[in-house]
Amino acid sequence: SRDGGYGLGREAMPEEIAAWDIDIRPDGAGLPDGSGDVWTGEEVFVEKCAACHGDFGEAVGRWPQLAMGMGTLQSQDPVKTVGSYWPYLSTVWDYVHRAMPFGEAQSLSPDEVYAITAYLLYLNEMVEDDFVLSKETFADVTMPNADGFFMDDRETAEYGAFSAEACMENCKDSVEIAMHATVLDVTPDEPSDAPPESEMSESND
Amino acid sequence: MSQSNDHSRRRFLQGAALGTAGLMAGRAAAQTSAQTPDPAITDLSQQPWTQYLGDGVDARPYGMPSPYESHVIRRDVPWLTADAVSSVNFTPLHELDGIITPNGLCFERHHGGVAELDPGSYRLMINGLVDTPKVFTLQDLMRFPRENRIYFLECAANSGMEWRGAQLNGCQFTHGMIHNVMYTGVPLRLILEEAGVKTDAAWVLAEGADAAAMTRSIPLDKALDDCLVAFKMNGEALRPEQGYPVRLVVPGWEGNMWVKWLRRIEVGDKPWYHREETSKYTDLLANGKAREFTWAMDAKSVITNPSPQAPILHGPGPTVLTGVAWSGRGSIPRVDVTIDGGITWHQARMSGPSHDKSMHRFYYEFDWDGGPLLLQSRAHDSTGYVQPTKDMLREVRGENSIYHNNGIQTWAVNEKGEAENVEIT
Repeated sequence: SRDGGYGLGREAMPEEIAAWDIDIRPDGAGLPDGSGDVWTGEEVFVEKCAACHGDFGEAVGRWPQLAMGMGTLQSQDPVKTVGSYWPYLSTVWDYVHRAMPFGEAQSLSPDEVYAITAYLLYLNEMVEDDFVLSKETFADVTMPNADGFFMDDRETAEYGAFSAEACMENCKDSVEIAMHATVLDVTPDEPSDAPPESEMSESND
Repeated sequence: MSQSNDHSRRRFLQGAALGTAGLMAGRAAAQTSAQTPDPAITDLSQQPWTQYLGDGVDARPYGMPSPYESHVIRRDVPWLTADAVSSVNFTPLHELDGIITPNGLCFERHHGGVAELDPGSYRLMINGLVDTPKVFTLQDLMRFPRENRIYFLECAANSGMEWRGAQLNGCQFTHGMIHNVMYTGVPLRLILEEAGVKTDAAWVLAEGADAAAMTRSIPLDKALDDCLVAFKMNGEALRPEQGYPVRLVVPGWEGNMWVKWLRRIEVGDKPWYHREETSKYTDLLANGKAREFTWAMDAKSVITNPSPQAPILHGPGPTVLTGVAWSGRGSIPRVDVTIDGGITWHQARMSGPSHDKSMHRFYYEFDWDGGPLLLQSRAHDSTGYVQPTKDMLREVRGENSIYHNNGIQTWAVNEKGEAENVEIT
């Protein structure tokens, strides 16, 4: 710590810190008192979440899928959900509480967040349907992909290979084009005041 | 499919021609000048600005670009995200030069839309492992000693759509989740010292005031080293979409950590592992394991002209190739470019200021013979790191990392001067 400083700002009051400091850590630090069970969670989820995330966390349209996808992380198309990918339960509680529902953030009570979190665990087949999540039972839950992450290792895994001397002349015998972006044709059109009708009708080819 | 191809190319050319109509007209006139006097010179009626008065100094209290530049805008790609609120748009790199991005063109990335904060109600809280938790107003922040620094901010997902191959046709879309501005702000260190950081502190949590309440864990070393609590960009107040009135500046590190509408810094002894550093901004490798805390943005470059949105319109002869390069680990002393797909490389000419963790501008002037070109650029940073090819990255990481794609970009230019995003062997 430092003596003096500039004497700027004022001391934060406990009520002010309580109002803004809502973060939760993997060890459960920050969790408020409260609890919620799977079936209560289902009711709240269907009312406040399912319009985007689906009744079973399967997702509607482009909205995020929250459940299942187990065993897909090594596949060509990984499905990264709370159950298949997220390492910590605390993140679910923290994020739902701070940022969901999308467009009405921080409207859920602690009991509702406990219940939604319990329901998400149930949808991901991690708990039975009589499970009650609370500050006390929080530590009983281990996420399936808790060991799926490791610290950035680019310094050892890449830096050596990516700092070799660069070739300047006669670097290869021949070059061929292997892939074209225009084949996909997914780039938005250039903005224009009046695109010709034919352009509009052909754009869904 | 080939019909759709031609169609797409035609559309790009048309779009490009819209933006360069003046240049085209000038070229046509210049070509006929040997036989016919140029009416752009000889005909007064074609030069009304020469005869009639223009706007007075009271007409434009906050000036905007010429209407002939109305195509120089941020663009979005609707299919990328579920909605436009938690989404991204792109800086028109192909229309810019130098290294400073104009404020109104800086790409946007929001998770809960643009928070419109009242500066009078703005508060910054410092709490956690500090001697005295503190609250600062905007006025308080502006009484600390300030610094001015030029840094790039690159989204971790910049070029992320290109992991599996060439997809979007234009450097605005493939590389435009980046901007480079001068920030004015207070070193986060001075603000933390005002609260008094306790000896067991090792991390800080930065939190935004928007509806996403964006949070990221940042190691205390970085917070005390070069992070800024910024309130100006390019000399004026931050734009609302860039965090007005206050954002965090985390030099060289992925854009997600540059928390906008910054409302709180908590000091702690462990990281928080919040959504944006577990579910998002972790990099899945082919073996199913994921890297976490991949903070630094590696050395990268892209040729901005010629490029798919900026074809060569002037025909063979003297041609200016230009682009930008940057590294989150330092400065860019050198960029190599090739026009034959990497058989032969040339050192580009660097021009303009060279700052750590900032954009650098490079040029390569050559006589185009009118034949097909395969253009690439390769950045070297001040640590000796050389920008890898996409294949080199895929060999280590697979194709599902989403983030941190700094692979070498290729543009194929045909005989007409049209450019396309391609991958080559």
